[in-house]
Amino acid sequence: MQDKYYGEFGGCYVPEILMQPLAEVDQAFQEIKHDADFQAELSDLLENYAGRATPITLARNLSRIIGRKIYLKREDLLHGGAHKTNNTIGQGLLAKRMGKKRIIAETGAGQHGVATAMIGALLGIPVEVYMGRVDAERQAQNVKRMQLFGAKVHAVDSGSATLKDAINAALRDWVTNAGDTYYLFGTAAGPYPFPALVRYFQEVIGREAREQMLRLTGALPAAVFACVGGGSNAIGIFSAFLDDSQVKLYGAEAAGQGLHTDYHAATLEKGAAGVFHGMHSMFLQNQDGQITETHSVSAGLDYPGVGPEHAHLHATKRAEYLGVTDHEALNTYRLMAEREGILPAIESCHALALALREAENFDAEANLLVNLSGRGDKDLKNYFTHVNS
Amino acid sequence: MNRFTKLLKNQQAFIPFFMLGDPTPEASLEIIKAAIDGGCQALELGLPFADPIADGPVIQASAERALKNGTDFAKCLELITAIREYSDIPIGLLIYFNLIYRQGVELAYQKLAAAGVDAILQVDVPLEEAEQYNELLTKSGLASINLIAPNTSEERAKKILNNTTAFAYVVSDYGTTGVRSELPQQTFTRIQNLKAMTDVPLVIGFGINTAEQVQDLLSAGADGVIIGSAITKIIAKHVDDVGQAKVAVTSFINNIMTKIG
Ligand SMILES: Cc1ncc(COP(=O)(O)O)c(C=O)c1O
Repeated sequence: MQDKYYGEFGGCYVPEILMQPLAEVDQAFQEIKHDADFQAELSDLLENYAGRATPITLARNLSRIIGRKIYLKREDLLHGGAHKTNNTIGQGLLAKRMGKKRIIAETGAGQHGVATAMIGALLGIPVEVYMGRVDAERQAQNVKRMQLFGAKVHAVDSGSATLKDAINAALRDWVTNAGDTYYLFGTAAGPYPFPALVRYFQEVIGREAREQMLRLTGALPAAVFACVGGGSNAIGIFSAFLDDSQVKLYGAEAAGQGLHTDYHAATLEKGAAGVFHGMHSMFLQNQDGQITETHSVSAGLDYPGVGPEHAHLHATKRAEYLGVTDHEALNTYRLMAEREGILPAIESCHALALALREAENFDAEANLLVNLSGRGDKDLKNYFTHVNS
Repeated sequence: MNRFTKLLKNQQAFIPFFMLGDPTPEASLEIIKAAIDGGCQALELGLPFADPIADGPVIQASAERALKNGTDFAKCLELITAIREYSDIPIGLLIYFNLIYRQGVELAYQKLAAAGVDAILQVDVPLEEAEQYNELLTKSGLASINLIAPNTSEERAKKILNNTTAFAYVVSDYGTTGVRSELPQQTFTRIQNLKAMTDVPLVIGFGINTAEQVQDLLSAGADGVIIGSAITKIIAKHVDDVGQAKVAVTSFINNIMTKIG
């Protein structure tokens, strides 16, 4: 239980009925850390099913333009199209080991839903995914992918009909069906043990990236950039550099239409401490403690909370969290397509845009590492809607 | 002794649940006063939270109505104060912790106690997390209500009961709040087992709907029974007519009170 709290943040704030199922997940989590068979199957799937290790690419044209070397950790090349697969393979195997007969998940962009549906198909466990109706509409292609993998997709109409509401609905399902159901949580947030568990399965990104940077450049990067929704891809890559105080860590939050407006999802910059979705963390909320609605062009960052470890890294200033607007992210989407022949997820474009913006603060020799958390095919329609409007 | 233990150690009670401010703060106060006039022995009140993960669609819709019509923390304090002026019956409060946290935990406890609340149930604060706030709670004079779920082990239930000063809220079934047609047999066994290990009053809730169910649970040894969604549904049906809502709620409560005599 040493990872239950991150400074003052974290914990396990859930109704009593979820304490037993969460304890069961935690017990299985502690066991698999030292279970050779589990680890062997995990490595095999990560390598031979999902295609790890993912490469690191020098963004050669952008690097020339900005005069700093930008390295991309290519999670977009992972099977499923995003880092989410690392987590769903891990937790999928955990669910199987625990003998669960059904997996439920929430999804925002649909990437986690797709990655869960994929693993459900592979492991032969039925999957049901909760998705806000607004998200289901802007990510219609991902809904179809989930359905093809055999998952049942429930569109959630309550509240803002986005990720927050999908999590509410999934939690309600779990409260009802905890006995035979595994809740495969999609990001490094929520009640303990999820922040620790999801981090554990995403650490592979940082482990590989650190080793690859040392091999390619002979040194650690000057800075690491990642986008932050709930915070799983970011903590995954940060984890390998946390103890290297010379490596600066940057989280890109969704600034939506601007931090001066009400239309953003910049939880750490604009939020306040609170207790919601099982965790003590930072949330966008009103004076009374009601959670507020968020806005981002990227469904994957459209969440009013953030994982507790990021709240801690923010409070202790080990990492810096800065907003990137819809506009900046969309420009970066185009720039990457035109200059590098890569189409990153709009979520990942937030991290890239932040790296491009911050680059001038680093000397010309500096190597900047960006976690390219996913591919952007899913965002094509969204992109053209925005640039044409 | 707090008002709840005083009541429940002497008699069995039916405890209706009302969301503060549903459908509007004014109408809500009138409905609750009518329920008190109708003879209910204690109240469980909810503070509206827009993302109530332990509640079903009926209570969520109720919270949304209350919020939309201007119910906030300050308004709830006003309503509770007015209810306390009107009656001396025990008042329990069901609340999601962020609403307390946001006020400042100590200040929130003090304000609630001053308004006339006897005990609070912090729905999303389990035993382990409650520990850090126990001292502040005791200092404020509020008693505690804690949940015992169908999957709470006996060992854990013991610890929860040891930390409970008003009553244990025994959750009758898996799932969120909401009306169910039948009570699981397990609920009755649970009451017997818990009875055998504690003097803390046991109040059953979640999904209870009919006077017969209330009667069965009280016969099985429960000290009290809470009905929430069934009453909230009645209010939802009459959102535009407070008069009708009062009549329908009172008749629902009367029916139960007569049955349990
Ligand atoms: C490609 C991509 N990147 C990032 C995220 C944000 O999630 P997290 O902060 O957990 O990495 C998502 C979420 O859906 C995503 O699909």
